[in-house]
Amino acid sequence: MRRLLVGVPYVWLLVLFLVPFGIVLKISLSDIALAIPPYTPTLDLSGGWAGIREFFSQLDLENYVFLTSDDLYWKAYLSSLQIAVIATFLTLLAGFPIAYGMARAPEEWRPALLMLVILPFWTSFLIRVYAWIGILSTEGFLNQFLLWTGLISEPLTILNTNTAVYIGIVYTYLPFMILPIYATLERMDASLLEAAEDLGCSRIQAFWLVTLPLARPGVVAGCFLVFIPTLGEFVIPSLLGGSDTLMIGKVLWEEFFNNRDWPVASAVAIILLLILIVPIILFQRNQQLNREAEQ
Amino acid sequence: MRRLSTFNIVSLTLGFAFLYVPMLILVIYSFNESKLVTVWAGFSTKWYGELLQNEAMIDAAWVTIKVAFFSSTLATVLGTMAAYVLVRRGRFFGRTVFSGMIYAPLVMPEVITGLSLLLLFIAIGLDRGVLTIVLAHTTFAMCYVSVVVSSRLVSFDDSLEEAALDLGASPFEAFRLVTLPIIAPAVISGWLLAFTLSLDDLVIASFTAGPSSTTLPIKIFSSVRLGVSPEINALSTIIIAIVTLGVLTASIVSKRQISQRLREEAQAG
Repeated sequence: MRRLLVGVPYVWLLVLFLVPFGIVLKISLSDIALAIPPYTPTLDLSGGWAGIREFFSQLDLENYVFLTSDDLYWKAYLSSLQIAVIATFLTLLAGFPIAYGMARAPEEWRPALLMLVILPFWTSFLIRVYAWIGILSTEGFLNQFLLWTGLISEPLTILNTNTAVYIGIVYTYLPFMILPIYATLERMDASLLEAAEDLGCSRIQAFWLVTLPLARPGVVAGCFLVFIPTLGEFVIPSLLGGSDTLMIGKVLWEEFFNNRDWPVASAVAIILLLILIVPIILFQRNQQLNREAEQ
Repeated sequence: MRRLSTFNIVSLTLGFAFLYVPMLILVIYSFNESKLVTVWAGFSTKWYGELLQNEAMIDAAWVTIKVAFFSSTLATVLGTMAAYVLVRRGRFFGRTVFSGMIYAPLVMPEVITGLSLLLLFIAIGLDRGVLTIVLAHTTFAMCYVSVVVSSRLVSFDDSLEEAALDLGASPFEAFRLVTLPIIAPAVISGWLLAFTLSLDDLVIASFTAGPSSTTLPIKIFSSVRLGVSPEINALSTIIIAIVTLGVLTASIVSKRQISQRLREEAQAG
């Protein structure tokens, strides 16, 4: 009984999570071939030990060398990092005031406000990205509005640029930023602020010296929750970005589906994972520290 | 009592407008007469009619619902088992690897999960179709379910289970009669989360779907790439309406349950 309880989910994850990674790693070391499947060598156990040795001797780092020699991949990794960093910062700028306002709202409003933040998270991601196409296009609502107000005389090109990608990321990931910040601000003891003001702080000083440091764990958690998925994002750059928007998730997709180069796509995936390990470990440590601080 | 400053009111108003206006525009323009999505030409429900006659779309919707139902149910069973094992069963061989495998899919980029699963299915010669999407969705959704259920398991005292065992219940009976009723709300929200994640997923489904098993997000994505269409607006409106109703119902039900529990506790106390 107990073995079954541990064994079933364990084996499931081994077969459908860990083994597939082994396969990606193996294919990233293989060569592209005009065959089905389109790479070589394939493991053939009928050759016995000699066959297995032969198989391993054919694996090499050629695809990784290729990734460093072609500018495209360098630029894609760097520009993904850049986009993810800037977008995370913009999401923080948009999210903090909302979380702050929610935490200061009367207590009986808070469940409703929380609900309003969570609701978009349940609504289809794809649809929320799609909604921006109609707003940002040349004849879209934003341009219509700006032309009507007289702020601009020519429609702006926003769709299919990096600006549209930033807007899309801030929009879709905003709840992930608001919720952890709200959680830390809501727990904050209001008397701390009163004490600071009694001791001669202005309200703005009190905010910088008391509220912001106390909100730090939530801010850090929110930033990681936005940064990590944004780095490998595919849907937003491919729907809102232009042909010059380079993001690694999109490169991997195109390498796999359009160029059918499975070994290079696998190598791209492995490098992306290596880049992600650092923020993931930092995130885990932050969560661990928060848990310990609470106890 | 703290008061909302003007700054708070402005940031809340702008924030929620930013979150909701895009969806509102989408919903309003699904009732637009014109094929041009950004020009209003009068009220009409004709795009809903056309949507209902689009057989490819209806087929895709069916595939999506089937996949979501089976994968979320399977994920709930596996995820609850995993959470129970991790929270209640102390140490066992390979525990670190196991908890690593539970948390890793939560932060894994979808393109990598999709690619690796597709390569697995090809390596073992499994034809791509509904089954492969269900397997893929179950794998990442069970991790979410397990996180939701373990947070509930951690918060209640295991002495209740021990008492049941001391009174002669078998471990299975103790789980079914004591633990399960307590964690039921978390199991249900885990199922709902898994169901929505599956309905919503484009990237992993694109890698693991076969030609005969197109899901709704794949269909939407391929038509959206060609630009905005009023039919997709109509479909989006239907999806938004279903999700809003579902979330509101769930929150009302859970609020009732909480107030009922509080009342019972007050009576007992």
